[in-house]
Amino acid sequence: MNTLHHVIITPSTISLDNLPVAIDACGGEMLSQVYRTKIGGYAKFFKMDTLCRLGFIASELLLQAEASERFVERDDRAVLLFNRYSSLCADRRYFATIRDKDNYFPGPAQFVYTLANIVTGEIAIRNKYYGETSFFVLPERNDEEIASIIMASASDPATHSAIAGWLDCSDDDHFEADLQLIEF
Amino acid sequence: MIVRLADNIISPLGSSSEGNFRSVREGLSALRRYDNHWGLPEPFVGSLFEDIALEEECTPFESLAIQSVRQAVAQSSVDLSSPRTMLILSTTKGNISLLDDCEMPHIPRERVLLGVAAQRIADVLGITTSPLVVSNACISGVCAQIAAMRLLKAHACDVAIVCGCDVQSKFIVSGFQSFKALSEEPCRPFDASRSGLNLGEAAATIVYTLTDSAQDDDWVIDCGAIRNDANHISGPSRTGEGSYRALRAVSSHIDASSLAFINVHGTATPYNDEMESIALDRALLAQVPINGLKGYYGHTMGAAGVLETIISMRAVDDGVVLPTKGYSSLGVSRNINVSSRLRTTAARSFVKLLSGFGGCNAALLMTKGGLK
Repeated sequence: MNTLHHVIITPSTISLDNLPVAIDACGGEMLSQVYRTKIGGYAKFFKMDTLCRLGFIASELLLQAEASERFVERDDRAVLLFNRYSSLCADRRYFATIRDKDNYFPGPAQFVYTLANIVTGEIAIRNKYYGETSFFVLPERNDEEIASIIMASASDPATHSAIAGWLDCSDDDHFEADLQLIEF
Repeated sequence: MIVRLADNIISPLGSSSEGNFRSVREGLSALRRYDNHWGLPEPFVGSLFEDIALEEECTPFESLAIQSVRQAVAQSSVDLSSPRTMLILSTTKGNISLLDDCEMPHIPRERVLLGVAAQRIADVLGITTSPLVVSNACISGVCAQIAAMRLLKAHACDVAIVCGCDVQSKFIVSGFQSFKALSEEPCRPFDASRSGLNLGEAAATIVYTLTDSAQDDDWVIDCGAIRNDANHISGPSRTGEGSYRALRAVSSHIDASSLAFINVHGTATPYNDEMESIALDRALLAQVPINGLKGYYGHTMGAAGVLETIISMRAVDDGVVLPTKGYSSLGVSRNINVSSRLRTTAARSFVKLLSGFGGCNAALLMTKGGLK
């Protein structure tokens, strides 16, 4: 297992391959700023919930660092993500739309994000990845266990690389991404 | 080889795998209509428990999972407390009702987190290793079995207990209603008049271990694959891309004539069933008998992949292809071989196929005695 690139995002810092990425915003606004200044051209970003925005930004930074041709159909790259809060952020937002009988307005645009694995789909769609996408939830972050599950995923003969690691979001301004682009 | 040691299903149709299989063979269904349930403004058809016996300081979701694991493990000599025994929980929404502060106020709110709920389940069962939750929407039950297969092969554990469990709630039903995905009648998978899915509740458990060789009557996971449509987060692919690729990955190991059947997702939404027919056709599997079990159980979400694998194993044990309850005339574009009545089979392998939100799809190939 060989790490090609590594990104860490906290609500106030971003580091890519151990070098700080310059930003002057924090929390959810920071993610929008990175999208506007370094990515752009993908309006779907603004429909996404915070967990998906975080995963989108983190994967984009990894893939920009890789500097290979983008958006080429492939099924040899898996997306393997782990966290503690699952989709809680989106769950709370959707729950607010059904809590009150007199203010009841459930909608598919909120409900769909109440599944943690939607972010793996967003990354697959963006990059035309037809390979494995998986989401795992742990009681606490455990890097050794995460590494063993990522390694075991390489037993699929189609899987030769992965965007993998920790992607957690407790609310719209509190999150952590620690993702790697890995070659098996 | 990855072999099954024991299994269990607890559903509104019964509290054992055998009891559930008998009910399905008799054509029973637990689907019924619920009006004014949970304060929902619209009625729905679902398969719900009348009553769930609660374990101490546990939610209904946790209690069901605990009881299902306990009953499965009781048929084996597995030591739950061993540091080599692992729990893999498959669920989509776990204790989601705990978001409502009025619900079960005696239960700590952090148990709304799937991992924390899994930890409670593990603790009550006396499992000493940290649990893993697979949360891949509707394909979680197959993904959890694939995770078990991989972790056993990597010697990360000696026994993997895969438990799929979900209970229904206002949260989930209202969401599917907002998608206009629910049928107002018992669902009709692949039928020309199908109009949507029904939701269901269940817990199902399979205990797996790694052995050097399998006996003739051992159930073996031959292989599994997870593939994405890379198309849409909530709509099935028009080309069945991910399901086709997952099917191709597992079916390349076996001659199609050696498959007893393919137990498909078959939710009975217009788009899902059409997508599956395209995927089956593209994978050159259109002639293999297919069946779906949603007409008996509804869509049991995180439990579905485990429950439907167990019922499929029992069907092969009995030498039958179960009918697709609710189906009468083909309503998809490809000429696939949907089972409408009980048929016999001598084949010893089947494929379990699922697809879900996030564009994910999973397929599992299982063979009694293992592929030679």
